[in-house]
Amino acid sequence: MTVWIGIAVGCLGCYLLKLAGLSVPQGVLERPAVHRIAALLPVVLLAALIAVQTFSDGQSLVIDARAAGLAVAGVAVWRRWPFLVVVALAAVTTALVRQVVPGS
Amino acid sequence: MTSRNTSGGTADGEASDPETGWRLTRTQVLRDSMGVAVATGAYGISFGAIALAGGLNLWQTMALSLLMFTGASQFGLVAVLAGGGVPLAGAATAIMLGARNALYGLRLSEILRVGGLRRVLTAQLVIDESTAMSIGRDTDRAARLGFYATGVGVFVLWNIGTLIGAVGASWLSDPRALGLDAAAPAAFLALLAPRLRGRERWALALVAASVAVLAVPLVPVGVPVLLAGLVGAIAGLIPRRTASGRAERTAPTDPEPDPRPESR
Repeated sequence: MTVWIGIAVGCLGCYLLKLAGLSVPQGVLERPAVHRIAALLPVVLLAALIAVQTFSDGQSLVIDARAAGLAVAGVAVWRRWPFLVVVALAAVTTALVRQVVPGS
Repeated sequence: MTSRNTSGGTADGEASDPETGWRLTRTQVLRDSMGVAVATGAYGISFGAIALAGGLNLWQTMALSLLMFTGASQFGLVAVLAGGGVPLAGAATAIMLGARNALYGLRLSEILRVGGLRRVLTAQLVIDESTAMSIGRDTDRAARLGFYATGVGVFVLWNIGTLIGAVGASWLSDPRALGLDAAAPAAFLALLAPRLRGRERWALALVAASVAVLAVPLVPVGVPVLLAGLVGAIAGLIPRRTASGRAERTAPTDPEPDPRPESR
């Protein structure tokens, strides 16, 4: 149930941001700091999500098979391979490492 | 500003007959838009699969693609929930990731000029892809076509893709055995890479990642990512004095679409 609350709040917030952009008069958001923050937020949030999702399990820090998957994904992104290839390679690598190293 | 406008822009300027010119432009714009929509739909498959692997059910996954409809935010919310974070931390992450859409809307409002019910519906289509395929066109007419063709096309195919991925993943007994828990960070990496232009962004990304990792043992699940958001906000508030700072201010605020490598 609480998951639905998170979804509802997230959806509403994201929609209102879209609507606000079309609705507010020019100039209200035309501040350099606003633009810079909006441009930088995806950078910091995505970087943090990558790190947390790869190296944490609940509240503990771990290095396991996911790190290998991320490393391979990094090479694939650097080689500009298609999105689905990047994601699939990370998953396959992680699954293979788990086969070889049980419990990782 | 964005590379995908290079092919379609000049057709109507050079044609002698304006109607013939518009037909050429329209074909080009529609072709570009469909390419983007197909690529994004393929990427919707991975969202559907990752959301199911992260513990959402089919209805929750579809609600996100239909109602939130902004890729990075959807992945962000799923990631926080999958890690065991409280739903409101997931929502906060999603909303921060969606903040850029407000600035896209600001740029689009003078092109689209919509009011009333049309604005209410149009707003949902304001995303990376529709913005990138709209701004930079030679005429407002072409810009509007690019926006709506891409927005509607991506909406339809993103949701079909999500459904396919979610249904497919729901047949798996253990998504972890297939490494699907590593698919999400890989997806984030692909989203992040095109935004890492310049040394400042690299540094900021590394600081944010470090802050988040160091905070993992200290604060509840989901909060480390919010702390990283704070890092970004503080960095954005520091005024820039250099020429590059001015350039960034007047630039169209990072209209960097979610990656669609298949069409490149």
